Amino acid sequence: MAGSTRARRLLGRGGIHVLLIVAGLSMVMPFLWMVSTSFRSTLEITKDPYRFSPEVLSPGYGAAGTPSAGESRSVGRVFANYVEAWQSAPFGRYFFNTVFVALSCVVGVVITSALAAYAFARLRFKGRDAVFMLFLSMMMVPEPVYLVPSFIIIARLHWLDTYYALIIPWIAKVFSIFLLRQHFKTIPQDLFDAATIDGATRFSILWRIVMPLSKAILVTIVLFTIIGSWNSFLWPLVMTHSPEMRPIQIGLAAFSQEEGTEYGLMMAATCLSVLPLLIMYFFAQKQIIASLASTGLKE
Amino acid sequence: MSTPITARELSRRVRRRKRLSAAGALLYILPAAVIIIAFRLVPILAAFTFSFFEIKMGALVGFVGLGHYLKLVQDPTFWKSLSTTLWFVVGTVPPAIFVSLFFALLLNQRIKALGLYRTVYFMPVVTSMVAVAVIWKWILEPEIGILNFLLAKLHLGQPGWLGDSRGIFQLAAAKMGMSLPRWAGGPSLALVSLAIVNTWKGLGYNIVIFLAGLQNIPQQQYEAARIDGAGPWQLFRYVTWPILSPTTFYVFIMSTIVSFQTFSLVYLMTSPPGGPEDTTKVLVYYLFDKGFTPPASLGRASAVALVLFVIILTLTLVQRRLAERRVHY
Repeated sequence: MAGSTRARRLLGRGGIHVLLIVAGLSMVMPFLWMVSTSFRSTLEITKDPYRFSPEVLSPGYGAAGTPSAGESRSVGRVFANYVEAWQSAPFGRYFFNTVFVALSCVVGVVITSALAAYAFARLRFKGRDAVFMLFLSMMMVPEPVYLVPSFIIIARLHWLDTYYALIIPWIAKVFSIFLLRQHFKTIPQDLFDAATIDGATRFSILWRIVMPLSKAILVTIVLFTIIGSWNSFLWPLVMTHSPEMRPIQIGLAAFSQEEGTEYGLMMAATCLSVLPLLIMYFFAQKQIIASLASTGLKE
Repeated sequence: MSTPITARELSRRVRRRKRLSAAGALLYILPAAVIIIAFRLVPILAAFTFSFFEIKMGALVGFVGLGHYLKLVQDPTFWKSLSTTLWFVVGTVPPAIFVSLFFALLLNQRIKALGLYRTVYFMPVVTSMVAVAVIWKWILEPEIGILNFLLAKLHLGQPGWLGDSRGIFQLAAAKMGMSLPRWAGGPSLALVSLAIVNTWKGLGYNIVIFLAGLQNIPQQQYEAARIDGAGPWQLFRYVTWPILSPTTFYVFIMSTIVSFQTFSLVYLMTSPPGGPEDTTKVLVYYLFDKGFTPPASLGRASAVALVLFVIILTLTLVQRRLAERRVHY
């Protein structure tokens, strides 16, 4: 009796894992398919679009009697699509733009959010809560709503197609202010009193006491600012038009429009574009998922 | 020796101190406030204003009252984009909820390797929409895409996916040898393809949110129900589902809000964008078209923006109200 329940339990467990693995495969396979295609030449893809293992990586590469007879497997040949993609569009520039914009946004967001959150959480002044509510209400407004007027404002400032357009409007984030404020409020008043008695100024309390106590939240904000900035699309699409100013997402989109059917090249370019963020994700995934679960924060 | 000060002098000094401190506090808010006012508040108010004016070269040239809105209401393309958006929402939100809840429930069975599964499911969430679009365009390629190859192996036909403008109800009816009138054809297969990709991308996010909700359900509730003789389905129906309802509602509203704003998938995956035969022209695509494709009408685009704003504001307020009341069981 007990044995059969255990067997059923085990079967149930097995069934759960089968379902979870199938779902997992459907999540991973598109990525693996991208990687596999990125190592295949156009000719190879046309001949057999459905082969998973790229010829250039297969053991028999270069053997007599195969289409690749006499070829030697060099780094340049293995990564041929990557090299060609990199050379046929200014991907170096795209990456530089994206990294530069993302890092600038991180620095800006951390500074403006910490200052504002500190005032909202710890300082007393007239209209504090009203201003805070006004800030919060901005969160309810989706990006497409303010896109057209933003375009005009950016144009009037002569910022179109400059880094200013990509950075300045994004160096303050209401949600980051909100998160930090909630956290600052939980820091015991005694700490502030003690620091004040020791002669600390407000700014040094923020810088030397409050910030070090908020590392976890700050990491969350940094990670999500990077993800948001790296993946943003609509804004840079509207605000930039020259290849020199494009971030990677717009660059990749343009590349895919130009090279529409060169799947090997396109997958190589896509691989490059997702790699940095996926690497960051694998290192910080616990933090990213945990903070997302607790705050509902997305980008 | 300090001179004793009067009560009046004291209160004057206190007030002065307070005023100084208020000025200091404003300095802390200033950097964030400047950005938020200049690039959020002002544009939002401007969108509102623009929707009542004629705009030429970025300047208001004439008040047109409700003119843009009237033109909007008379534009069949607008109504079509609205219904396309609604179909997209319908095609995205319920599947997203049920599929992600299902897998969250599985993950919640104290299974091994939970972290690994979660990491894998979450991968598409951190991947950009552009990359997702490019990858899926390749997978969904009708001639040489891998999906149709697999479907052919299973004798399941060769759908045209992103290139097929026929409605899915029409396609289903055709399978049974019937024909439907044009208005009953349903969303195009192209739009459904976009909805599938969108659901795939967001699944991990919803799973994580559901999992957090599930882990908050107190174990005693289950034990009590089990003592009363509840089976697995009853446990779900009378314990999990009611207690989880605020989470479900949150996921429902959030996915609805996000789906209403879909743009990049349409822009990136369909060719010509919004096609085939305009069957994937969603509301934000319509807005983008009116705002930035010549002959642009920024006034009309702003009117669309306001419509979108009202829809999303309503959804947000409903969410807030119900979250405050916390009536879940």
